[in-house]
Amino acid sequence: MPTVEFGGKSFTVDEDGFIDDYTNWNQEWVQYVKKEEGIDELNDEHQKVITVLREYYEKNGIAPMVRVLSKVTGFKLKHIYELFPSGPGKGACKMAGLPKPTGCV
Amino acid sequence: MSDLPKPEDFAPKTYRPGSTDWMDVPAEIRKGIACYAGNPKSLEAVGLPNPRTWSCFDEDWQLPENWQQIIHEGFKERLEKFRSFKVFMDICVRCGACADKCHFFIGTGDPKNMPVLRAELIRSVYRNDFTKVGKILGRLGGARPMTIDVLKEWWSYLFQCTECRRCSVFCPYGIDTAEITMMGRELLNLLGLNIDWIATPVANCNRTGNHLGIQPHAFKDMLDFFVDDIEEITGIHVDPQYNKVGADILFITPSGDVFADPGTYTCMGYLLLFHFLKEKYGLDVTWSTYASEGGNFGSFTSHEMMKRLNAKMYREAQRLGVKWIIGGECGHMWRVITQYMDTMNGPADFMETPVNPITGTRFEHAKSTKMIHITEFTADLIKHGKLDLDPGRNDNLRVTFHDSCNPSRGMGLLEEPRYVIKNVCNEFYDMPANTIREQTFCCGSGSGLNAGEDMELRMAGGMPRANAVKYVHEKHDVNTLATICAIDRAALPDLMSYWVPEVEVYGVHEMVGNALIMPNEQERTTDLRGEPLPGMEEADE
Repeated sequence: MPTVEFGGKSFTVDEDGFIDDYTNWNQEWVQYVKKEEGIDELNDEHQKVITVLREYYEKNGIAPMVRVLSKVTGFKLKHIYELFPSGPGKGACKMAGLPKPTGCV
Repeated sequence: MSDLPKPEDFAPKTYRPGSTDWMDVPAEIRKGIACYAGNPKSLEAVGLPNPRTWSCFDEDWQLPENWQQIIHEGFKERLEKFRSFKVFMDICVRCGACADKCHFFIGTGDPKNMPVLRAELIRSVYRNDFTKVGKILGRLGGARPMTIDVLKEWWSYLFQCTECRRCSVFCPYGIDTAEITMMGRELLNLLGLNIDWIATPVANCNRTGNHLGIQPHAFKDMLDFFVDDIEEITGIHVDPQYNKVGADILFITPSGDVFADPGTYTCMGYLLLFHFLKEKYGLDVTWSTYASEGGNFGSFTSHEMMKRLNAKMYREAQRLGVKWIIGGECGHMWRVITQYMDTMNGPADFMETPVNPITGTRFEHAKSTKMIHITEFTADLIKHGKLDLDPGRNDNLRVTFHDSCNPSRGMGLLEEPRYVIKNVCNEFYDMPANTIREQTFCCGSGSGLNAGEDMELRMAGGMPRANAVKYVHEKHDVNTLATICAIDRAALPDLMSYWVPEVEVYGVHEMVGNALIMPNEQERTTDLRGEPLPGMEEADE
């Protein structure tokens, strides 16, 4: 599996650039994905999305469905796309260190 | 989808094969049409052979040293075990009736996506290894030995087939080319050559009971979320039962319906329907947090894996002591149930032949599997006037129906979904006759190909379907594509936004949920998506 270096840290990632293991997540990873996603400034709203995603994942072992993310954060899907241009899965989940879901999705 | 070619540049320049003999044209495995390799952790979890990190884009696929022997012996074993496979290898006369029926051939123009030639990739090795003619005449007799290039060609084209079986409808011999793909994929799996979009759902399903890896508490949490939304919209608190021992009926749907939009709205439709039937007629339905998946990605892997994953639904039915099972809006689940279940994990004699307790209808065709499709169940209820419906609540939808490949060609479910739709919607328009019912065009993403990395292939394979949707969109102003499969609900929104962006994808039971008048409900102002109902647009502002 490929590795990426950022801020003096090394991360193993899958083909789509998701981190290999949720526990290897740290602030350098967040900064790395911020750069990859082309996000200018991380604000409280980005932080809120990441916190909600990680808390849900810790409790449930899976990313929340988009509708849950939207309801809990209070952000409409359109706004989540404004925060994370690649969307809730490929943008926000990636930054939060969650794996990508597979199946009939 | 930024790397995709533009729609107008998509159609193949020619359908005429090149002058080079097909055996001399190596497979081109490239980004956009190929899927990522199965995660070794997922292979390990279910005991699939040769787990390792590899990539189809690398030269070295890290195969076991004796890989040719493994394929040969696996081939031999399956020829002896599955008579159909042997027959399909022998009887094709290469008439070409199937050639232009495949959505991948129409979408890519690649001759090896003609079903006859896709099968020939395998047949040529069969002739070489197992027939006298092939052994004597060699290439002259259409035979060729298994080499690393042949293996890569198998992999490439067997994962450019969605096992949809449209080609088999046109085969004068009735060859089921999907079963040839299934056998080919089974052989590839002996070498650890699965794709991750299949391998990881299989491992998840084996561990948690569903493809997405949803654990019981999370499964309930997700349904609770829908329960809250339903209460906001209708004022009714629906109360689904979980794992209830002694319930009459077990309900099993694809996990995509509890997780991914727009399937989640279909799921709300199921919840409303079952609550309605419980309140009015005392119907006793339970969900299971263990048998929490109708789909079966095992069927895209091997017969053994299909059997293993299918078994859990019946184990759970037995444990709970239910009388029979209703299956949700799923696609390939119905091929597994209708065509394999009986001799694979069945007959399920511990249950009863399904009888709808509300109408008395006996579903004789399900006497072995004890499982009926929810549109059969709902159509029966409507036919007997048991549902209170207001189709006007769907008047903003001008609907066409995409027959999912497996319910239509795998179980002959053609009329019931249409009957349901016509009773819950006022505007329904079928697509052209050669693109629906048993001739339906695949979504282009079935059989585990609905990943993100092969989007170009999916848009090419889905083009014939999208063209037919575009036709009814332009002719009848259709804005809604209804379907009864979770892969469809996941895949068709991408296909529509690429080819016909004016059209949205709906599950049939989402529209049922919109139309169903619940006892004592509040006046609804929105549909299940939270959008204003027809005539309520101003109230929303």
